[in-house]
Formats: sequence, structure tokens, C-alpha cells
Amino acid sequence: MDGLPSEEEQEMTTETATVDVDVTVPDPQTASHSKELDSNFQTVGEVRVANARMTCTDVNVYYGDKHAIKHCNLDIGENQVIAMIGPSGCGKSTFLRCLNRMNDTIDICRVTGEIKLDQQDIYDKRLDVVPLRAQVGMVFQKPNPFPKSIYDNIAYGPRIHGLASSRAELDEIVERSLSKAGLWNEVKDRLDQPGNGLSGGQQQRLCIARTIAVEPEVILMDEPCSALDPIATAKVEELIDELRQNYTIAIVTHSMQQAARVSQRTAYFHLGSLVEVGETTQVFTNPQHKLTEDYITGRFG
Amino acid sequence: MTETTQANNNRGRSIDIVNASLKRRYARERRFRYLGLSAVILGLLFVGTLFVDIISKGYSAFVQTHIVLDVYFDPEVIDPDGTADPAVIARADFRQIARQPLRELFPEVSGRRDKRALYKILSSGAPYQLLDMVQADPSLIGTRQTVELIADDDIDMLAKGHIDRTAPPADRRVNDKVIGWVDKLESQGLIRKNFNTAFFTNGDSREPELAGIGGAVAGSFYTLLVTLSLSFPIGVAAAIYLEEFAPKNRWTDIIEVNINNLAAVPSIVFGLLGLAMFINLFGLPRSAPLVGGLVLTLMTLPTIIIASRAALKSVPPSIREAALGVGASRMQTVFHHVLPLAMPGMLTGTIIGMAQALGETAPLLMIGMVAFIVDVPGGPLDPSTVLPVQVFLWADSPERAFVERTSAAIMVLLAFLVAMNAIAVIMRRRFERRW
Amino acid sequence: MQLSVLVFVLLGVMALAYHLGRRRSLATVGGRVGARSLHSLPSYYGFYTALWAGLPALLIAGLWVFFEGSIINSMVVQGLPSELRELPPAQLGLLMNDVNNLASGNIVSGEVDATMQRAADHLNELRSIGSTALAIAVLSIALGTASLAWRAIGPKMRARNRVEVIVSSLLVVSSLIAILTTVGIVLSVLFESFRFFQKVPVTDFLFGLEWSPQVALRADQVGASGAFGAIPLFAGTLLISFIALLVAVPVGLMSAIYLADYAGPKLRSNAKPVLEVLAGVPTVVYGFFAALTLAPAIRGVGESVGLSVSSESALAAGLVMGIMIIPFVSSLSDDVINAVPQSLRDAAYALGATRSETIRQVVLPAALPGIMGGILLAASRAIGETMIVVMAAGLSANLTANPLDSVTTVTVQIVTLLVGDQEFDSAKTLAAFALGLLLFVVTLGLNIVALHIVRKYREQYE
Repeated sequence: MDGLPSEEEQEMTTETATVDVDVTVPDPQTASHSKELDSNFQTVGEVRVANARMTCTDVNVYYGDKHAIKHCNLDIGENQVIAMIGPSGCGKSTFLRCLNRMNDTIDICRVTGEIKLDQQDIYDKRLDVVPLRAQVGMVFQKPNPFPKSIYDNIAYGPRIHGLASSRAELDEIVERSLSKAGLWNEVKDRLDQPGNGLSGGQQQRLCIARTIAVEPEVILMDEPCSALDPIATAKVEELIDELRQNYTIAIVTHSMQQAARVSQRTAYFHLGSLVEVGETTQVFTNPQHKLTEDYITGRFG
Repeated sequence: MTETTQANNNRGRSIDIVNASLKRRYARERRFRYLGLSAVILGLLFVGTLFVDIISKGYSAFVQTHIVLDVYFDPEVIDPDGTADPAVIARADFRQIARQPLRELFPEVSGRRDKRALYKILSSGAPYQLLDMVQADPSLIGTRQTVELIADDDIDMLAKGHIDRTAPPADRRVNDKVIGWVDKLESQGLIRKNFNTAFFTNGDSREPELAGIGGAVAGSFYTLLVTLSLSFPIGVAAAIYLEEFAPKNRWTDIIEVNINNLAAVPSIVFGLLGLAMFINLFGLPRSAPLVGGLVLTLMTLPTIIIASRAALKSVPPSIREAALGVGASRMQTVFHHVLPLAMPGMLTGTIIGMAQALGETAPLLMIGMVAFIVDVPGGPLDPSTVLPVQVFLWADSPERAFVERTSAAIMVLLAFLVAMNAIAVIMRRRFERRW
Repeated sequence: MQLSVLVFVLLGVMALAYHLGRRRSLATVGGRVGARSLHSLPSYYGFYTALWAGLPALLIAGLWVFFEGSIINSMVVQGLPSELRELPPAQLGLLMNDVNNLASGNIVSGEVDATMQRAADHLNELRSIGSTALAIAVLSIALGTASLAWRAIGPKMRARNRVEVIVSSLLVVSSLIAILTTVGIVLSVLFESFRFFQKVPVTDFLFGLEWSPQVALRADQVGASGAFGAIPLFAGTLLISFIALLVAVPVGLMSAIYLADYAGPKLRSNAKPVLEVLAGVPTVVYGFFAALTLAPAIRGVGESVGLSVSSESALAAGLVMGIMIIPFVSSLSDDVINAVPQSLRDAAYALGATRSETIRQVVLPAALPGIMGGILLAASRAIGETMIVVMAAGLSANLTANPLDSVTTVTVQIVTLLVGDQEFDSAKTLAAFALGLLLFVVTLGLNIVALHIVRKYREQYE
């Protein structure tokens, strides 16, 4: 115990080194990418669409002193999937959480600007978040089933909102939601078993089913597949594609392939700024901004 | 507030159902909220009631009624032969000296019963007060002095307005005659209420006006001294062993579970342990702060160990690695680096443990610290009582004046506890480190 | 020599030993310049010598303090005239008590006769011999062990390692004290309970319906039946604890929820410490409040509506005990509720649940095991609470469920049986230990179960 094992020393130095790269020492290769854009930067591409379901104008988000989202303008079109991509910490999840005011649960978070759902400003002081969230549902990064049975997980939303007037109706909603989420055949015989007992992919589809059981009009998905294996991911992606018929969907994803596969429009975020928006095919084949191009071609991220 | 969301959409949207249910749901939300708020208010109300009750009962004990009398230190009574021998003076009948001025003030009082009642407005401690004066300054003999003599507890209560004058005479402890005397004294300005220093210096007494917390405070001091000097080093040492050196095996698991359980064992069980082990088996003296301190040590150890372990845990491993990296032994690492960093947390835990020990009563009852002890103890082996036990003893006494004194003793006890906890909070704020 | 003086002298010897040990280590290598050729730093040689000087001597002194009383006592008893020595133990105890008081100059209960005076003188003489002998023994041991250690010092001696071995064994011993405490508790209550159960059958104790612990000292004494059926005590304890939990659980739980989820930061940061004050108030203060304020108030209210309320009603004791454990319940619930992951709340909020719906239907069910564990801990606290019930509950062992009646509890009986004059063989005193054993077993069981539940619960969300 008097001498020091050399391994230990090694480990310590490497550990400090990695921390340094992230925080202070700029790597020459990523130097330009770690710089924030000017606050008067104009987003490249068409931020507005004809059939907008949600309209965001000059949205800013602050965490305490940190300016997390800067002057963001974006429309979310009806019955289409918009993907939000960008490197870690670029603010895409933060932006998504603004859309149904999930940021309200974080004390130090402050949002300015205007986000409209059907011409109604959702940050209006008089607006009630409960019906807003019933209208704009959300699926999270990590599956978070309630520690209740599968049935109760799905039935929870309809129950609190009084969407079913009878047990039969509730059964029907549960079956319909699970079927839409492609989970019905897998769980129909064990609806009374706990939701945490399912596999990761099943849990995430359970969470999606739970969200659509409330029949929201917009669904926000925050990296819904990041905790799933490829097969489960494929199933969820299929599901998203089907849901597009009836719902407006905004999805945050780390995987560019996924964005390309499921979305019609793509928005690229960089360090709190919305850099570029456009048709997915256009963004991926012919990006207009240098940062977008660098990210898509894999120079950083 | 949600009208616009329902606008211009004719198909049956679930949002309409949601909106329809809102009123009912918000009513329930409000009810739940009020329920929570009323629980908080109720809790705060309890705190308020408790403190207001204690303070309103006890604040008057910090003053004591005295009767101002012109005392003639009659040499005929004190020292008829003029020997100036302290032993003679100590044997003198100072009661007579104290009574004389009352006789002069109320010459109309006659009859044995009335006279006895008149003399009883002075405390039975008043003669000793005069004796002390003469012993301190023998030249007083033969002079006339204006002296503030302690009044009896009933007179004290009457003067402080705690006795209802309108109650039927049978229900109050002073009769109309005595009230008349006191009123006369009062009108002549001979009733004085002074700050009650005796309350802080005297030991216990059967007479409320003479009873003080001096003995109990000294007893508490010695008890806590023993507790602190044992539980702090042992607790810290145990925490260091368990956190830094102990192998993680079944045996240390048992110790850990055992410590957690000991922290929740009722305090009276520790009293049984003290009685059976320390007193009956080892023959240590009953009622001694030493034994009280031992019992409280065993009781506070779990608290201190748990707090100290938490403090050690919060020191990041990188500090240990750094010290080991320059070739320090594990023992040196712990004593030179980890322990100093964990010390504030350990001290905070210790102060909280001491505050717990200071307020503890039940185990001390078991080891005989409930005895009626008049003398102020001079060391950890003298029989004594402690502050909370004194509260317990006085709370049992029927006199109204003891209620006042009990509340005042509680106020002193709470003041000590508040001070200790405040020190702990300040230390935590001052030295808390975020890694 | 006074013990405290002895301890100070011993500390002085240790300081001297430190100094000499350090000097010698340097001297063996030719002064400061040679210090590098020592195995350890010079101060370790000093510590080594000092520890050897202090520890054995302190150990001896400690043992003496513990056993002095019984040794001297038995020697004094040996010195008594034979007719006194033959006295029954109880009376002999009283006699020795008087002798003790006489020796230390206190007031003696009975008359002082020549034998007692002689015994007291003997006692004082033994005491002074004892303390002189102790001082000589302790100091010579200290010097002896210190000089042995001092002589062993040399440049090759691994002083640091030796000091560390000594220190680490001290650490181990300290950590064993917790175990020894438990063993001590178990042994002391078990041993005396065993003696009790030789006099009173276990089944009578556990299932008997009558409790009246007065044992007849003389055959013709009245009103001393000596029944030791503990059921009324259990019932009383449970009744009061139940009332306490009825107050503490809703108030504690709801205020924890309100402060965690609803209150603004200002209310939270002010109300929380104020509520925690309740946990720091000594129980004797609650007892005083219950006995002198609440009990008369309840009685007044009860009588104004025509109920007969005992002046030592279970209700008053239970209510005040409930107030006492409010902060206990609320801080435990706070911990448990905060351990419910934010993702579950997010899930509920994202579905459009209101705050109370999230709390009632998601957070509380998820936190239920933890809350149950907390309630069990609170129950164990209530069952073991002593001062409030001693001061506010009664002594009469009524078997009733009426909260307005007077009941007694296990802890009250332990205190009543053991405070004051006691004879150490009577079933009455031993019964207190049997009750103590019961109390220990029940609270220990509750604690183990509760801590287990809480730990399992935490692991679930880690």
C-alpha cells in the first residue's frame, strides 16, 4: 500500500484528460464547431409551412443563466413527422419539451417567445397545461412505465381525463391503443401483469400506446429508440410511420438514418440555435449550411 | 381558458371530453391542495402552541417577588455575648430577625394563627439570606439595613397575578387577610420584583421560591462532558474503521445493521442496560453523571457513527488516490487527508448527538438520576440530576409556582438545544463542500 | 490521588514518552542528519513509546474504576460482624447504603451505631488505600511499558507499521462497541427476565389479563395480589400509539407532499425547519405539555359536552405523541417521495395528469413500500416512547379501547417499577426487565422489517 500501482496513475491521467477536452482545451478539429452562433443568426431554409399545427416564434429558453435555446422559429406541420437532429447538448430535447410545457417541472427553466398550438399561445399565463398535455402527448427517451399493470398503464390517461364512460369502452381504448402500438398480440394474455416486466422495446411501445390512449393531436418523441436494440427500433419506426396518418409528430433523434427514414422535415440544431430546416431529403442530400453539412457527413457530432 | 382550442373543429375530439372533465378535476386538485396546506398549517400551529404555552407559563419565573423590609440585626439575638464567633452566628435565630420588621409593619396582627400566616409571607429561605449577609459582613450586627427578602411562593404568585382574587376563598391558596397585607405592602412600594438570579444558581428545593436549576445544569454539564469525551472519539474511530478499513464481509454487514438498529432502540432500554450493567454488575454509584454519561454515550454512538460515516463517504476517492499516489500509507491517507476534510461533518453529527443526549430523560430515570438533590454537584461522581429530569420532577409538583419554574427550566433547556442546533447548522453551511 | 489528577499525570507521562522516544530514535542514527536512515519518521517512534506508556495503564485504571465499587463493598461486608453479614441480601443492601452515605458524609436514614461507624471508617480507609495503590500501579505500569518500548527503539524498528497496527486495533475495538452494546442490552434484559420467568410463568405474563405488580412483602398485607398479566399494557401501548399514528401519518405525509410539490420556495425553506423543531424538542417537554395543558383542555371540552374524561386520558398522551412524530413521518416520506424517479412524474404530466392526480395515482403508489416502512419506524418510535406517557398517561392497567379512559403502557410500567426504592429479587422489579425484553424484541422486529422494506424500496429505483 506504500507504493502506487502504475495502472492507477495511468487511469487518473486519462480521466482528467477526457474531462479537459470537453470543457476547456479545444481540439483543433472541432474548434469551429464548438463556437456558438451569433444571436442574430437567421435559420437557413423554410421555417414556415402551409398547414402548421404548431408555430414557434422567437423562442428562447434559459436554464438559470444559461441561454439554452436562442431565437428559434419553427413550424410543425399537420400529419407529418419532423425530426430534430444535432450534436449532444444542442438543445433539441429542451426545445421539444417546450412544446408541451414539460419544462415547467424544472424550477430554474424560463421560456420566452411564442409557441402557438392552433393559434393559441401555449405560454399564455391563463392557459391550462392539463388539456394542453392531453393534446400534445410525449414519449420519453427511457421507457418509463408506471409500476402498475399493463392495462392500468394504458388506462391511466383515459381514466383521469374521463375518456371512457364504461368499463367496456375503456377495454376498447386499451385494446385499440395497444394494437396501434403493435403490442396487442404480444401482451393481450397478460394485461394484468406489471408493465416493468416487459422487455425494453415492449416497454417503449407500451409508453407510446399509453400516450396515444389519450388521443393527443401532437406527439412529441424524445429519442424514443436510444435505449432500444435494432429490432425494437425498427418496430417503433414502423409504428411512427403509421401514426403519421392521424397524428402530428415531432421526434428528437441521434440517429441520422432514423431521421431520414421516418421524417418528412428535418431541423438541425447547433448549440442552442436552429441552423437549418427543410424537407428531409433536401437536408440530407443538399444541406445549405456548412455546419449541417459537416454534421451530416460525420465530421463531428 | 381553453375555449380557443375547441374552436373550429367539428369532429369529436377527445380534447373536448378532456375540457369537459376539467372543472371536476380541478375541484379535486384544489381540495387536495388545501388538505396539504392545512396539514402544514396544523404542523406549524402545533409548534406555535407548544412554544406559546411554555413561554406564557414560564416567562414570569425569571423575576422573583421580594419584600423590602427594614431589618434590625439585633445583637441580642445574633450574638448576645459579642463573641463574633462564626459558629455562634450560624446557630443564631435569624427567623426572629426576619419576622421583627413584619411585626412592626403590621402591629394590628395578633393571635397565633394570624401571626403565623403573616410570617409565612416570607420564604423559609429568608432567614438564611440574612445569615449569609451577616457571615459575609459581621459588622452589620447592630445596624439597621433595608433588605429585599424573598417572598413565599404563594405571595410571589399573588404578586404576579397568577392567583385569581375573585375565586371563592376555599379555592385559592391565600386568604383575604393575606391579600390585604400584600396589598398594603404593595401600596407602600415594599413589594419588588427583581431578576431571579437564584433560579440559575440554586439547586433543587422543596420550596419553589428557593428552587433553581443550578444543580441540574451542572449535572447536565458533567453528564455531557462524559458523553462527549467518550462518544466522539469512539464514534469517529468506529466510523473510520467501518468506512475506510473494514473488509466488506458478513461480519461488517452485521455491525452495520446492528448500528442502524441500535439507533432506533427505545432510549429506556438503554436505561435498563445501564441499571443492570453499570450499577448492579460493576457497582458504579447511582445518580452519578458518570453513569449517565456512559448510558448516553451508548445511546448517541449510533447517531455519531452514522453521521461520521456519511461525512467520510462524501470525501471523494480522488483525494485518497492522490495521497496514496505520493506513497502515503492508508493510515496516513486517512488521518492526514480524509479525516480533516470529513471533520466538519463529523462535528455537526456530534453536536446533534449531544443535543439529543441533553434532552434525554427516560434512561436517566433508570439509573437513579431522579433523586432529590439540593447540592450543586462538583464532579462527575457526585449524585446529581440533569435538566430534563429536573423538568420531570418539578412537573409533578402541585404548587402553581412550580409550573412556572418548570416552564422556565424548559425554556432554558430549549435555549441550549436551539444554540447547539444553530451551531450545527452554521457549521454545516460554513464548511459544506460540494465536490 | 483523585482519578482525574491521575489521568492528567498519565497524559503528562505520555507526552514525556513521546519526547523521549523521538529523541532516542534520532540519537540511534546520530542526530537529525541521520534521520533518513530511520525506517519511519522520528515522530512515529515518539507515538510508539507514548502509546505503550498510556494504553496499558489506562486499561488498568479503567478496569479499576469499573470494579472498585464491588470489590471494596465485598471487603467491607467481610469486615462486618458476623450477625450483620448473615442478614438477608435486601437488608444488607440497605445497611451498606447507609454505610456508604456515612462514609461520604451524607445524611443517613437510620441511627448511626458504632458498628456502622466502624464499617464506614473501614470503607474510607479501603478507598484511600485503593486509590493510592491504583495511582502507584498505574504510574509504574506506564513507566515500565514505556521504558520497554523505549529500549526497543532502533533504526531498523518499523515504528510506523507498529503504530498503525495499534491504531487500527483501537479502531476495530471502537467499532465493536456497537455490537457489545447490543449484546449488553440482550444479556441484561434476558438474564433478569429469565429470573422473572422462574417466578411467573411466561404464559401468565404474555396472556394474563390482569396487571397489578404489588407483591405482598408480608403475608397479611392487603391489596397486593401480584398479578403479572401484560395484556392490558400491550393494549394501552397500542391504543396510544394508534392515536399517535392517526395524528402523525396524515399530517406528516400531507405536509411532506405539500412542501415538496406545491409550496413555493419561500414557504418550503421556512416551514421545513420550523416543523423539524418538533423533532428536536425533548420528550419531557411534550410530556409537560400533555399533562398540564392538553389533558385539562380535553377534559374541559369533554365535560362540556357531557363525556366523562379521565384526567390522564389516552387521548391526550396519544395526540401529543402524534405531534412529536410528525416531523419523523414527514422527513421519511419526503425522502421516499423524492426517491420516486422524475421520469414517472414526467410520464404522468405528459399524459395531462394534474399535480394531485400524479401524486395520488403515480407517486404515492410507487412510494407506498417506502412510506409503509416509514410508518413502521414511526410506530416503533411511538411504542418505545417513554416520557410523554409517564407524565400524561395513567398508571392503572385498564383493558379498554376508549381513548377517553386512562390506560398504562409498557414503558410507563418499566419506569414505575424501577424508579424509587427497589429490592433486586422481587418479581416486581424483575418484571420491569421482562417488559424491557418485550419492548426490545418488538421494536427491534419492527425496525428490522421497516429498514428492510425501505432498503428494498431504494434499490428498486437505483
